[in-house]
Amino acid sequence: MITSIEKKVLLSHLMRRAGFGSNYNQIEELSHLNYEEAVDQLLNPEFGSLDDQDLLDRYFIASVEARTARHADPQWTWRLAKSHKQLEEKISLFWHGLLAVGGIKLDHGLAMLEEIDLFRKYGLGKFGTLLLKISEDPGMMYWLDNQNSHKDAPNENYGRELLELFSMGIDENGEGAYTEEDVKSAARAFTGWASKPTPPPFFLGPFPMEFNFDESDHDNTEKTFLGKKGNFNGKDIVDMVAMHEATANFICKRLYLYFVSEEINEEEINKLSKVYLNNEGEIKKVLEYLFKSEHFKSQEIRFKKVKSPSDLVFGITRLVDKYEIPNLDSAELAVNTLLMGQFLLNPPSVEGWHEGEEWIDSGSLIERINYASNEISNTGSKGVKNIVDIVIEKNNSNPRYIIENCLEAMGYIEITDNTKKIITEHIEKNKFNSEEDKVLDILKLIVSTPDFQYC
Amino acid sequence: MNKKNLVVIQLSGGNDYLNTIVPYESGLYYDYRPNMGLKDDSIIPIDEKIAFNSNMSAFKQNFDNDKLAIMMGIGYPEPNRSHFRSMDIWHTAEPFESSSIGWLGKTVQNLDPENKNPVTAVNFGKGLPRALACPGVSVASVGALESYGLFTGVSGSKNRDVLLDTVDRIYQPMNLDGIPSLRLLETGRGALDGADLLSEAPKEYTSNIEYPEDNPIAQSLKGIAQVASARLGSRIFYAQHGSFDTHTDELKNHSLLWSQLSVAIECFQKDLKLQNLEDDTVIWIFSEFGRRIADNGTGTDHGSGGVAFLLGNSVKGGLYGEYPNLEPSAQLEGDIKYNTDFRQLYSTILEDILDVDSEKILNEKFSKLSLLK
Repeated sequence: MITSIEKKVLLSHLMRRAGFGSNYNQIEELSHLNYEEAVDQLLNPEFGSLDDQDLLDRYFIASVEARTARHADPQWTWRLAKSHKQLEEKISLFWHGLLAVGGIKLDHGLAMLEEIDLFRKYGLGKFGTLLLKISEDPGMMYWLDNQNSHKDAPNENYGRELLELFSMGIDENGEGAYTEEDVKSAARAFTGWASKPTPPPFFLGPFPMEFNFDESDHDNTEKTFLGKKGNFNGKDIVDMVAMHEATANFICKRLYLYFVSEEINEEEINKLSKVYLNNEGEIKKVLEYLFKSEHFKSQEIRFKKVKSPSDLVFGITRLVDKYEIPNLDSAELAVNTLLMGQFLLNPPSVEGWHEGEEWIDSGSLIERINYASNEISNTGSKGVKNIVDIVIEKNNSNPRYIIENCLEAMGYIEITDNTKKIITEHIEKNKFNSEEDKVLDILKLIVSTPDFQYC
Repeated sequence: MNKKNLVVIQLSGGNDYLNTIVPYESGLYYDYRPNMGLKDDSIIPIDEKIAFNSNMSAFKQNFDNDKLAIMMGIGYPEPNRSHFRSMDIWHTAEPFESSSIGWLGKTVQNLDPENKNPVTAVNFGKGLPRALACPGVSVASVGALESYGLFTGVSGSKNRDVLLDTVDRIYQPMNLDGIPSLRLLETGRGALDGADLLSEAPKEYTSNIEYPEDNPIAQSLKGIAQVASARLGSRIFYAQHGSFDTHTDELKNHSLLWSQLSVAIECFQKDLKLQNLEDDTVIWIFSEFGRRIADNGTGTDHGSGGVAFLLGNSVKGGLYGEYPNLEPSAQLEGDIKYNTDFRQLYSTILEDILDVDSEKILNEKFSKLSLLK
């Protein structure tokens, strides 16, 4: 039987990984469930629009039927900052980085948002379904030039990336479980898969796109793919690829890297691959196994994963509980992740982002520290006020305890002993005008530490 | 003297070689490129066989002034047509094995073994390219120079100094138990030290050159000119331009990218002259690969082999290597065959520009190219 504190600490770990983190009060509320129930709740979000969607649309008019990724960003960042269905957003961000479509080339905010919605809807379901949906997605078709892939002149882009980056993967030497011939066959199978515009609802708005299969431009002849011969269409390729062992391994490895650790653990990944293959590639089943595993719950993986810019920005936003209703400031949330190296709705390439330690270079670290220390010391935010109140109420004058109380009030986070020691010395050495100022200095320092860059 | 500063311009996405340096007398070129072939009004002839893309006027001028070396067929063995793998090969100088250590990161380590100068290499743009990544090496990575610094939002300079002092003590590169990682601590160290230095650079800089605001590569080169003019001991500058991944709409996009770069280079060279840096600075331009010889209707797909440029007062201008043969028998799976190993260029850059023992960086001796005066 674990103690109530241990349970809260574990739930806080779960929420940082399966979501963007929960604050003190939210963990208090969540702790009425047991851990398994909390996992089940995360895994079964009810798909649907936001309660405050109307409000959001009214505040961010340019984001409705958005023209570009920048216009569209507030629609998503509001959910990242506010949605109670945290895993739904976290898994959408995962697929956005893996089945990556770049907004700058696509230049169609509406299509980008539709794609994120597709990830919300199918992101926890069977991978084969998701892969088929994304193969029919107008944004993806345009991004990887499939509208220019014709029966007599196939464009290899989609066929290649489908195999290399979306499903089977390549090893560190650039070799995959498929051949150049398979790439060409896949490209031929997807000829005729394109999109067509539909009338725009607004004057000068973007034309919503829909999937269109042009039979007359489809290569209707025999192809050889992964050693099989047949007159394959795109759907056949997706079916063959989705349940391939290489795909199970590739997807589970990416899930492991995203949710668990940047250090590859082949044994754990193999377990996930088995769950994948035994459950028709259902992502929810893989994640359920993952989150409930002793490995995920163990101390050894906590605070060892570098926060992505989104983890950091939306983690802080949720921690300080900044926004009641949309405002101009919240419309600019995407700028903060952008400055830290993550331009939402516009991944740098079809490969998505380089995650892990690569998130942090000296420029982005400076942005992280400046952003986090500003937000955590803004007493105008409800959550900051709450943290300060909790710590002051405990009325402790020992610097070490004040620091512990701050860490707990920030949602049961941890920093190393060495860092605690240096912050303790900071408190001892300096004079503060008030208890509140002292606490705010500690909060600013905590979010500026290297320790805080991990979740 | 072979101690110069290197400015790297990476053309991301795979620059189409054949539409950069155009074999305009080759019938095969036009046969393979019925749609994407550049004709008379879109080229500036270099000689009776090849021509610049007409959007490259600054390059033509440099070529005429004997300051531009063109390496006509640079690449690596066993080409890989994945952007990422190919770029990694260029970044790590390892064509056969995967590595996470960048060749320029290693070079920084060699130039500054005690890690004393956090601005030995400065990257402009978001995110550090792998070429500059090396554990234990701090490289400054800058978005906007003017707002570069820590706790810039904290009011009161005393308050800020006190916080900075404590943060400074926390970011000491001691690896206690792996987390925070040594890499992160060192990044923090470099960020703190580099921020102090770099935030001062624009204050001292004066120039009457107007870099176009809506031209990102021009803005990056302006930042480089600002830092270089502050003479902080920076040796390597890195900037990226793109995307050159022109599967579609190539004629429009490829031209736009080259005209942006051409204007940017023109501004930058004038500025270097003004800052009295033109003799000490060499610009190197490369891309991860070229594109297929045949077009696909509206663009070109990933290919292999490509072109690289070296540019500067100290460069021996001219054509290096042979222009690739487009005959079917000379092709490599529909691509041009490279004739110069990229590591020969690297060893030249290392020894003749940066004054570093190339074998230490490349683990092998490659014959240099005679590219510098």
